[in-house]
Amino acid sequence: MSQWVDVCSVDDLVADSGVCALIEETQVAIFYMPQDDAVFAINNYDPFGKVHVLSRGLIGDIKGEPMVSSPLYKQHFNLKTGDCFEDDTVSVDAYGVRITGERVEVNLNGAA
Amino acid sequence: MSNKQTLVVIGNGMVGQNFLTSLMASEIKDNYEVVTFCEEALPAYDRVHLSEYFAGKSAEDLSLVEEGFFENNNITIHMGDKASIIDRSSKIVISEKGVEIAYDKLVLATGSSAFVPPIPGNDREGCIAYRTIDDLDEMISAAKTSKVGAVVGGGLLGLEAAKALQELDLKTHVVQFGPRLMGAQLDDGGADLLKKKIEDLGVSVLTNKNTIQIVDGETCKHKMIFADNSELETDLILYSAGIRPRDEIAEACGLEIADRGGIVINDQCLTSDGDIYAIGECASWNNQTFGLVAPGYAMARAVVNQLAGGSEEFTGADMSTKLKLNGVDVASVGDPHATTPGSLVYTYQNGVDGIYKRLVVSQDNKLLLGAVLVGDASGYPTLLQYYLNGIELPANPDALILPSRSDESVGLGPDALPASAQICSCFDVTKGDICTSIESGCTTLGALKDDTKAATGCGGCAALLKSVLDCELEKAGIEVNTDICEHFAYTRQDLYNLIMVEEIKTFAELLEKHGSGKGCEICKQTIGSILASYWNEYVLENSHVSVQDTNDTFLANMQKDGTYSVVPRMTGGEVTPEGLIAIGQIAKKYGLYTKVTGGQRVDLFGARVDQLPPIWQELIDAGFESGHAYGKSLRTVKSCVGSTWCRFGVDDSVGLAVELENRYKGLRAPHKIKFAVSGCTRECAEAQSKDIGIIAVEGGWNLYVCGNGGMKPRHGDLFATNLDKETLIKYIDRVLTFYVQTADRMQRTSVWMENMEGGLDYLKSVVIDDKLEICDKLETQMQRVVDTYQCEWKTTIADENKLKRFRTFVNSDKTDENIIFVEERGQIRPANVEERELALAEEA
Repeated sequence: MSQWVDVCSVDDLVADSGVCALIEETQVAIFYMPQDDAVFAINNYDPFGKVHVLSRGLIGDIKGEPMVSSPLYKQHFNLKTGDCFEDDTVSVDAYGVRITGERVEVNLNGAA
Repeated sequence: MSNKQTLVVIGNGMVGQNFLTSLMASEIKDNYEVVTFCEEALPAYDRVHLSEYFAGKSAEDLSLVEEGFFENNNITIHMGDKASIIDRSSKIVISEKGVEIAYDKLVLATGSSAFVPPIPGNDREGCIAYRTIDDLDEMISAAKTSKVGAVVGGGLLGLEAAKALQELDLKTHVVQFGPRLMGAQLDDGGADLLKKKIEDLGVSVLTNKNTIQIVDGETCKHKMIFADNSELETDLILYSAGIRPRDEIAEACGLEIADRGGIVINDQCLTSDGDIYAIGECASWNNQTFGLVAPGYAMARAVVNQLAGGSEEFTGADMSTKLKLNGVDVASVGDPHATTPGSLVYTYQNGVDGIYKRLVVSQDNKLLLGAVLVGDASGYPTLLQYYLNGIELPANPDALILPSRSDESVGLGPDALPASAQICSCFDVTKGDICTSIESGCTTLGALKDDTKAATGCGGCAALLKSVLDCELEKAGIEVNTDICEHFAYTRQDLYNLIMVEEIKTFAELLEKHGSGKGCEICKQTIGSILASYWNEYVLENSHVSVQDTNDTFLANMQKDGTYSVVPRMTGGEVTPEGLIAIGQIAKKYGLYTKVTGGQRVDLFGARVDQLPPIWQELIDAGFESGHAYGKSLRTVKSCVGSTWCRFGVDDSVGLAVELENRYKGLRAPHKIKFAVSGCTRECAEAQSKDIGIIAVEGGWNLYVCGNGGMKPRHGDLFATNLDKETLIKYIDRVLTFYVQTADRMQRTSVWMENMEGGLDYLKSVVIDDKLEICDKLETQMQRVVDTYQCEWKTTIADENKLKRFRTFVNSDKTDENIIFVEERGQIRPANVEERELALAEEA
């Protein structure tokens, strides 16, 4: 089942950084790389620090793969898949996200 | 009762303590009950650097005993109690206070005393031997009523004593019995130049003066009368005319004493009694006593080794030495007087720059036998290695002392040194030891110093240590990758230079011109910090916001539960009652946890991201500004209450702290920076543990740099003394800007200093002597930062667009329901995992 939820406007995003949205009970970290026209969504929960903070991490890439670095203990998570680079037994959920016109939409059930 | 043997050590001077330290570091540390006697009121201290006592170092700074050393190692020390009798037949030591200890093994480390010429009047008031901290205290009090001082003795220690007299603002004379200063180490040419240089510093030097009597003076308290009928009026007389081994206790119990004094020892350092060793200046080996500390340490090592069943022997010691006397470089190697039959001499004399160099070589011109260097001792490490290792000289040995007119280096490559070559003589570290440490992974200068202790004593071998490291790394094919990350093939310093030279203002521009990919938290933060250091623009500008760490992004410090702490600035730790009340009311209103920090301000914990702007609005309204606790930047300038209130205060430490904090607040740096200012040498502000430490003294301000508390504490180095405020600020501007420009990312000033080639002397030459001719630029850069300061919270509060970022959710006004606090000691704290689960379950 695919269900896109309208979340916010593109203006609410921060270029090359992250913001957080609340969809039902789920905190979703949304990252925006305008140069590549790319937008990513993963769960905001940091499984190492056990708190909801990933949207406040620095983003960039590791060998070309987009990533966010946890603001607490600096582990890296793949923005496309939610997989942790340092520990392959750990990952966070990744969600579908797209920009439609001036709006940002997230699909909790779908991949990007 | 244990069946351990008892080992008694008489004397807790430098060598006695070194023996104890070596013993406790050895595998036989538990084999003995160790008892030691120390006649002075203080345990072992650094006599070599005694004159630094006048430059503001305390007795504690000079101490060689780590806190808790005796307790932790179960050593019994009898302080202020002199061992006075050895009863060899019953193997008992008896002290002046009547303590009796039976020994199995006895080590004599009684040291030496200053030689006082046996002339009439030598014990007049104000005639003092220069030897112990007690002597120094006596000298300081005598100096208060004196205008003129004289040192009897122009040797190494005598010249140090002269420096001390000058520090006490006395007109200073050096009275030398012989024809030359430092007669043992220098030849006529070297000694003449040294004399001239010392005189240029305002010290008068009298040679060939045999004092025969001291009587009442006419213009001063004393008059020294010399054999040639000349006279000298002086108020204070220091004896530093050589040392006498302290062999009384050994002589009294019938141990063999050498003709020229000293307890006779063999190669095992055993005296004529097989259970008694003697080490250090009290011992006479081969009819020779040693007035330097390194041979004493070598004896101590040999004895520990033998007690452990080894066979290490003491086989004499190299008396080569290098030192800086009042800024004059002096060095002597081996046989400077060319007493070896057939030896030949090369001399280089440069009257313009004040340099004298002499080489003594063997008859066949192949081996170095000795050397004298005055005015420029940079060649000392190379010459010493030629001498110690018997390395064959180059075809033209004079190239070693002639100034090089081309780029060609005539220094001895570290590769030419054998593994046995001693690199650090203070801690006996060989090239082999260093190579082993490098192989085990110590590939930076700092790590190497930490691991081997090399270059942590006098520091004279630091440059050589660095060249051994570089050479070994190159040989091992270890390419030290200094790129900061995969996106930039540059060091932090490279990036700083690129930004400065190409006037780059944003991360995006630098990435496009010199990087690849999208960046990562390493390069973003590093470059964000450099841009902030250099241009000092608002960190939340659109072009900068994406390179800030979360703390800089939200201008607060993220805590373990994802909430933030809020830290308003309290310059110098000063706060008004109204300010305190406002902080209390704000904390109460938002339910924050409050704590007074080590940096003398109040931290407020537990603020959600959405609460930060309203909290700051209220703080700003109450007159506060950002404390920059979130940045790698200047944190606090701690201060004691100073002369305004304190009975002992020498100057206004709070006033200076406030001024300095206001000057440097907001300065972004490779790491956080802390200052402290103490109003007197009691040092209540703990300034010596800070990056920049300032202590008020009678003559102005003393500046310490590169100290650190934290994981690996480091005392700051005394950088300059008796500064007026203007000069002090100039020096701080320069040191800090130089640090910001040249340090690695996340490198505190302490590690920066440890890794700096040339260390403290180099930093002084850059900052004080302007060796690189960059001081103007360093000051201009700092002034730009000072002039462009802004309170980042004030700017943020005023910009609605920036405030959008502080919403918890972009699509909801809810807050993060996972943030849960519980109460403890009347305040909140983050719930632990169980408490949180319980709370969430209850809610659901």
